[in-house]
Amino acid sequence: MATKTIAGKTVQVNDEGFMTNPAEWTKEIAIEMAREEGIESLTDAHWKVIDYARQSAASSGASPTLRTITTGSGVSTKDLFALFPKGPAKKVAKIAGLGKPEGCV
Amino acid sequence: MKTFLILGAGTAGTMIARKMAGKLDSHDWKVILVDKDEKHYYQPGFLFIPFGWYKAEDVIKTKQEFIPGNIEFILSDIEMIEPAANKVKLTKDNREIAYDYLVIATGASIHPEETEGLQGAGWHKNIFDFYTYEGAAALHSFLDKWEGGRLVMNVVENPIKCPVAPLEFLFLADDYFTRKGIRNKVELVYATPLTGAFTKPKSARALGDILASKNILMETEFNTGEVDSGKNILRSFDEREIPYDLLISIPTNKGADVIGRSGLGDALNFVPTDKFTLQSKDWPNIWVMGDATNIPASKAGAVAHFELEFVVENILAHMAGKNLPGGFDGHASCYIESGFGKAVLIDFSYDVEPLPGKYPLPGIGPFSLLKQTTINHWGKLFFRYMYWYMMMKGIDVPLPSAFSLAGKEQ
Repeated sequence: MATKTIAGKTVQVNDEGFMTNPAEWTKEIAIEMAREEGIESLTDAHWKVIDYARQSAASSGASPTLRTITTGSGVSTKDLFALFPKGPAKKVAKIAGLGKPEGCV
Repeated sequence: MKTFLILGAGTAGTMIARKMAGKLDSHDWKVILVDKDEKHYYQPGFLFIPFGWYKAEDVIKTKQEFIPGNIEFILSDIEMIEPAANKVKLTKDNREIAYDYLVIATGASIHPEETEGLQGAGWHKNIFDFYTYEGAAALHSFLDKWEGGRLVMNVVENPIKCPVAPLEFLFLADDYFTRKGIRNKVELVYATPLTGAFTKPKSARALGDILASKNILMETEFNTGEVDSGKNILRSFDEREIPYDLLISIPTNKGADVIGRSGLGDALNFVPTDKFTLQSKDWPNIWVMGDATNIPASKAGAVAHFELEFVVENILAHMAGKNLPGGFDGHASCYIESGFGKAVLIDFSYDVEPLPGKYPLPGIGPFSLLKQTTINHWGKLFFRYMYWYMMMKGIDVPLPSAFSLAGKEQ
């Protein structure tokens, strides 16, 4: 298992840079990860989604899908794409320190 | 008398009903199978309908043909599943069935209404699906007369049944228009929410190369927001636009409505299921099979077939009060028609991505993995006979259920 030092903390990551232990996550890590994903600063709207994703993953044990995020957080799909461009489910999972969402196969 | 109830008489439901009726003592157990539709569809065959290579009789038979006399078959919709009461309510005659064990095999279907504008003025005029017999047949009539233009294949969101079907459709479309002599008048475009042709790196590269060699364009990370059927434009949530003359859509796939109504599903009505035992995560006497589950395996008949042996073992262990052995490894095997009489085969599991090599016999095959061969194509065509005359008739197919690395190159 690879490790990565981010925001002054060494955390475990998989080969695609997704953290493997959500307990190692901090808000500072999220800010740094977001920058790596091309999101310069995290607004309240971003945090609402990140908080929801962490909460959802804690209760279900898996990173939320795009649809789980929109139904659960009340943020529309369009807004979600504006906040986390291209692949929101993947980006949210990465920034929130959760595993890569399980794909279709 | 105890009741073993199965909901859904498609690929998974028919196989498990037959298997359990053979295993359980008929003095103690009654096996009941419920489905709302009397027709049994060979869904992989829908792919060939638009090109006129298969007809209705190749893909549609009656369910009754595959249900032996030791199973009670009820033709009815399902009103509600009440797991706390171990009871299922049917719409027909308001009948209630109390069960001891329940298998949910209610499948998945397309929901074009989930996408704004998809079912607008263009639906079944220049916008088609091929995941229903009706859609595939309507598309056949359209293609017969079409003189060319831009064909856009679009996957709205994942997961979908048979994740390779959109690729196969495009490969076959390239073949079909070439034979018709109008390939130079047709532009083929694949708009997908994925980052490449497929989910895993090796197969994404191999399949992406085939797309490129056939001059099929790819628009990746395209998440469909709406269809503007007045202007014939497909628009993504991040405001990218793809104009089309012919749109082939694979709409959102969801589990059965009754799963949602009964509070048994996730956001897409798929049932939370243990990926090794196929037991429901919430109810110990409920098992889930085939497309109805939320497990991270392909939604395909071959997967349901590989699940079968493990579902039976786990249910029998549970009945005997033993620990569940688990065992299902996410094994999936898909023939991918690649046009001009060839096909690619992929074989993979939860842990191992599709790799090159030979299957099922290491070094011998006869099938080649991640490579276009004529033998793979014959395998695909032969599979229809295997489906109707072996799998659905309860005859064991000579393929191991567990995934194996033997014969694969890493």
